[in-house]
Formats: sequence, C-alpha cells, structure tokens
Amino acid sequence: MTTDEWCRVFREARDLGVVQLGLSGGEPTLRPDLVELVRCAKQLGLYSTLVTSAYRLTRERLAELKKAGLDHVQISIQAADADLSDRIAGAASYDDKLAAYRATRELGFPLTVNVVLHRQNLHQVEALIGLAERLGAERIELANTQFYGWALHNRATLMPTQTQLAAGWEVVQRERRRLGNKLEIVWVLPDYHEAFPKPCMGGWANAYMTVTPAGEVWPCHAAGRIKTLTFASVRDHPLAWIWNESDAFTRFRGDAWMPEPCRSCERKTKDFGGCRCQAFLITGDAAATDPVCSFSPHRPLIDAVVAESETKEPWTYRAAPASRVLSGG
Amino acid sequence: MTPRVAAKARLQWDGVRMRHILLYPEGVVALNPTAAEVVGLCDGQHTVDDIVTVLSSKYESPDITTDVQTLLAGLAAKGLVTYDP
Repeated sequence: MTTDEWCRVFREARDLGVVQLGLSGGEPTLRPDLVELVRCAKQLGLYSTLVTSAYRLTRERLAELKKAGLDHVQISIQAADADLSDRIAGAASYDDKLAAYRATRELGFPLTVNVVLHRQNLHQVEALIGLAERLGAERIELANTQFYGWALHNRATLMPTQTQLAAGWEVVQRERRRLGNKLEIVWVLPDYHEAFPKPCMGGWANAYMTVTPAGEVWPCHAAGRIKTLTFASVRDHPLAWIWNESDAFTRFRGDAWMPEPCRSCERKTKDFGGCRCQAFLITGDAAATDPVCSFSPHRPLIDAVVAESETKEPWTYRAAPASRVLSGG
Repeated sequence: MTPRVAAKARLQWDGVRMRHILLYPEGVVALNPTAAEVVGLCDGQHTVDDIVTVLSSKYESPDITTDVQTLLAGLAAKGLVTYDP
C-alpha cells in the first residue's frame, strides 16, 4: 500500500476510536516511508509503537523517527548472549540489536525488549531480565511461543518441557518482586501447558485489528491462516464497514456462534472460547472450542504433543527454499 | 512531592470517547474530567498540595486530598506518574 493509503487507514482507524498503533510486519524498517507514516500517526493522536528486529535501524533513523513523533520502540532479541541469539536468529544480529537498544534509550524512547521463549532459550529468563534492566527498558515481553505459522512447523523443536516452564515462571515471579514497577515483566502463557485456553485478543474482533501490508484486515495477527474465512481489504471497503459488518469480523464476535462445550460453560465470559486460529489449525474448524481447553474433545491432540516434547527435530528456517515450500508459493 | 506525567505517557483529548485519555506503551487509561485536571497539573511545577488547592477552590468542594492522593498513587504504581524530589 502507498503512504497515502496507509495515512487514510490510520485516519479511519482513529475515527473508529483506535488509539494504539503498532507498526509491525514483516519488518517495518523495510518501509522507506516509515518516518512519514509515523508523522501521520502523530498528527492523528495515535500512540505509535515500532515493533522491529532492529534490522537497518540506525541511530540516525531512530532520531528521525523520534522527531516525527514515534512514541515507543519494541526490539526483539532471541537470547541473552550473542552466540545463542545469533544461532536462533540464523544471522549475526545481536550486536546490531544491542546498539539499537542503547540508541533507543539515549534518544529517550520508552523501550520494550521482546523475546519469544521456547525450549532453546527458556533457561535464560533471568539473564534476559537482567539485560532489559541494564538497558533501562520499561518492559520486557517474555512471550512463550504460540504455535501458529512458523512455530507450528517447528513445534517439536520449540516445545518446552514442563520443568523449563516452571523454572522460568519462578524466575519471573521472583524478579517481579525485586524490580517492582522499575521494569514491567510480561509473561505470555504457554497455552499448551495450561488447562484452559487464553482469552485470545480479549475476544474475537473486540478491541484489535491487524491491517496487512497488502491491505487485508484481520481480527488478529494470525487470522489470515484461517482459510475458511474471507478477509476484506481497505482498498475495497471503508475500515468501519470491515470492523462493524464484514463476515470475518462478525462471525465470532460475542458468544452466539459458540458450540458446546463453550455455549453452556461459565468460563465463556473469561476466555471467549479461546483462540479461533488455534481451533482451525488443530481441528480444521475455526468454530470449534480451542483444543487447549480441558473440556475440548480435541484436547488429546495437545496432550500428545506436550508428551512428545522431548523429541528433537532439526530447525526449519523461515527462509528460502523452505519458506516457499511451506507457504505454498 | 511534585508529580510529573512520565515521559512514556501522553495525556490527550479523545474526540471519539469525548473524554481525556492517558496513553502509554500497550495501554490506555480513560479519565473522568476531574482526574484529567489532576493529571494535567502533573507537570513538575505543581506539588500535590498545589493540585488539591487548585481543584478545591475551583469546585468549592470538601476536602479532596484523599481522592487526589489515591488517583496519583494508582498512576504512580503503573509508572505513569513520577515524583520529583
């Protein structure tokens, strides 16, 4: 989409009541007009966050983004040391990320350190929190892997053991007590190891939308994987129509769509039936109860994967040619 | 005790909700009109006592010290308001 198209979408979103804008991807630093997009968001009063790997994110570019009104920066890292981080990333990126973290703080941005946790790096939770603390970050997001997209293809390699998760969670609780509000530690639950599903997105099409680089609008960042839904584009429809009336957004809004065991379950107001993407990816039916739920007839599929979590498999990197094969392209 | 809105937070009028909101990383707090005035005075220039005095005289209300303190304590706990020594 062009710069003008994005600015129009930002305006339509603001008119709908949106106040938070995450510039994500893919990799948002690949947009040559990123500074212009930030300026546009600022004029509209959106609180803008850049969610990036820090690829090509030089200090000069960060300074330009600051001047344009960017509010907050999130930079991902794969582990607490260069060796492991670069190995997981599949590229020598650790030093660039650290340089970008420091520049972010020096320029006065609030900083979030983003980490996806899995069996290869869960032993580093304490070191990762220590890194975020030393950098002067506001937040660290320790997101246990959710098994969609690329993580689903690498599930056996990424799936942590119960022991790893328990140890990581213990560190988080201890560090939260130690750090108080000096560093916010977000722990995204490893849902395969939970008895009940996550309250995904606070309910389908309730408070969040993703606009893809091509202009399709999804109720969450993974929804495009649900092949039984058709997603409208901002190139064809006003955003308000897509949000209020399009099939994809209204299909699972509220609780009228719910089958049993959700329909008569008192937890439905807490977890909203869990995740539609997970239901689709595991059961083939996006309207099914999230298979993570103990009440789901599909829960044995999850239990089997968790039980096999000792299995080792080689990585499948998100790069050609595997990327082309797995994406069907 | 001189409160100041933290650098990561931004107070602004939301024309859609018709109220002031305080925006911060991954979050938003909707403020009622009085709370918005309190937060608006968290500029590093007014002490908590100053803020209480300003609002008390404006609204000729009974002692609002506790209300102001409770609001600011809640915002400080979220790191949205900091105190200059």
